[in-house]
Amino acid sequence: MGMIAAPTATSAPRLFWSQFQRELVSVVRSKEEALNPLLFLFLAISLFALGAGGDPEVLQNIAPAIIWVLVLLANMMSLEGLFRRDYEDGTLEQLILLAQPGFVPVLAKIAAQWCVSGLAMTLLAPIAGLILFLPSTVLPTLMITLLLGTPALSLLGAVGAALTVGLRRGGVLLAILVLPLYVPVLIFGSSAVIQHMDGIGTQAQIYWLMAITMISITLAPFLVHAALKISVEQ
Amino acid sequence: MTLKTLWHRLGSPRWFYQISRPWIYVLGILALVLLVTGTVWGLVFAPMDYQQHDSFRIMYVHVPAAMVAQSAYIVMGFAGVLLLVWRMKLADMVLATVVPFGMSMTLLALVTGAVWGKPTWGAWWVWDARTTSMLVLLFLYFGLYALRQAIARPEAAARACAVLAVVGMINIPIIKYSVNFALTLHQKASFTLTEAPSMPPEMWLPLALNVLGIYCLFGANLLSRLRLEILRRERGTQWVRDLVLSGSA
Repeated sequence: MGMIAAPTATSAPRLFWSQFQRELVSVVRSKEEALNPLLFLFLAISLFALGAGGDPEVLQNIAPAIIWVLVLLANMMSLEGLFRRDYEDGTLEQLILLAQPGFVPVLAKIAAQWCVSGLAMTLLAPIAGLILFLPSTVLPTLMITLLLGTPALSLLGAVGAALTVGLRRGGVLLAILVLPLYVPVLIFGSSAVIQHMDGIGTQAQIYWLMAITMISITLAPFLVHAALKISVEQ
Repeated sequence: MTLKTLWHRLGSPRWFYQISRPWIYVLGILALVLLVTGTVWGLVFAPMDYQQHDSFRIMYVHVPAAMVAQSAYIVMGFAGVLLLVWRMKLADMVLATVVPFGMSMTLLALVTGAVWGKPTWGAWWVWDARTTSMLVLLFLYFGLYALRQAIARPEAAARACAVLAVVGMINIPIIKYSVNFALTLHQKASFTLTEAPSMPPEMWLPLALNVLGIYCLFGANLLSRLRLEILRRERGTQWVRDLVLSGSA
């Protein structure tokens, strides 16, 4: 990774933007980091379909649950690497020491991670839905809930990733820390899709997902920053 | 003593160690009296429920355990804020000591709930809003426990747990609302602060005693564990050495 241009002199939006670009460039250069979680998503969906014997009716009924749970898991996997490399080569330490205000580059990293995980999964969701025989009329609801819910997953998960970045075997620990926090997003997301299939309105869930994402954007960057400081000091 | 000096003194584990001694006895004795009275009254003398018969009596254990399990997490959340913002040593120790108590109370609430659910709902486990949110609470406790175990340096472990406890505390109301939204089968709350109970006094008074009793037990447990933790962490200091040598620790 290249050095970061002295961010003390830069304004917050410029700091955000340059960090965001740097993250995206590094993702494009090492493709597997972004692709592996997406591959996992589709692999696991296929395994569910095979496990259920390919029965369209069964699959359609549990499709919202399968897709949402696997999105949670895939997102968590891509979070594991969020701070890892920068932690190992020391970039993270410089970032935390130099950046003013400190949460800006953190937010930029999370935003870039969301683009290659949450956003990508949202765009690929129709394919996942079709494999599992979801009616095509439900697909917009699935995509909207994913679009609104996945930012919260990335933000909440980043807290866990920041806490576990310095630990040797952080993978399973990350799951234990983060998955309980994902419960509301899972419930609102999948229940919106289920209710749409039953012909019931889904506004309540969509508002709730927006609210959770808003709260996460407001609070998570500060907590992630605090957590990174703890991990770097170790 | 003004509030401000109390605030500053709370920063000193030694001061806390000295003043907390009588409180353990006060809270411990209160807990014993309240819990024994409430439990015996509730299990033996309170009238039977006309629908649930004797099985309702498990509420005298279940409700206090569930209430204190949730309060314990809130206590940790606030201790987390104190630690992250003011670096208060005592808050760090609170975080370390509450987890086992909270975890066991959550388990107790879940187990008594299952025992009650079998005759009443006909199933040991039901995915209903309250049971599910207690289960998620248990997972949140597990997370705190696992995180503390994973980090070797105690100060770093405490602050990491503080971050997690704060996130958990913000999340708990949202979790409760979301599971309420999706699943609802449970008994309504037996006790709320805002409404008169729908039970006759012979039934809710023992419950009230048990609830108060378990909070006293929580306080006594927290204080005695805190005092042990203080001794352990300050073992290198002169005052602890003097205390131990004089035999009054």
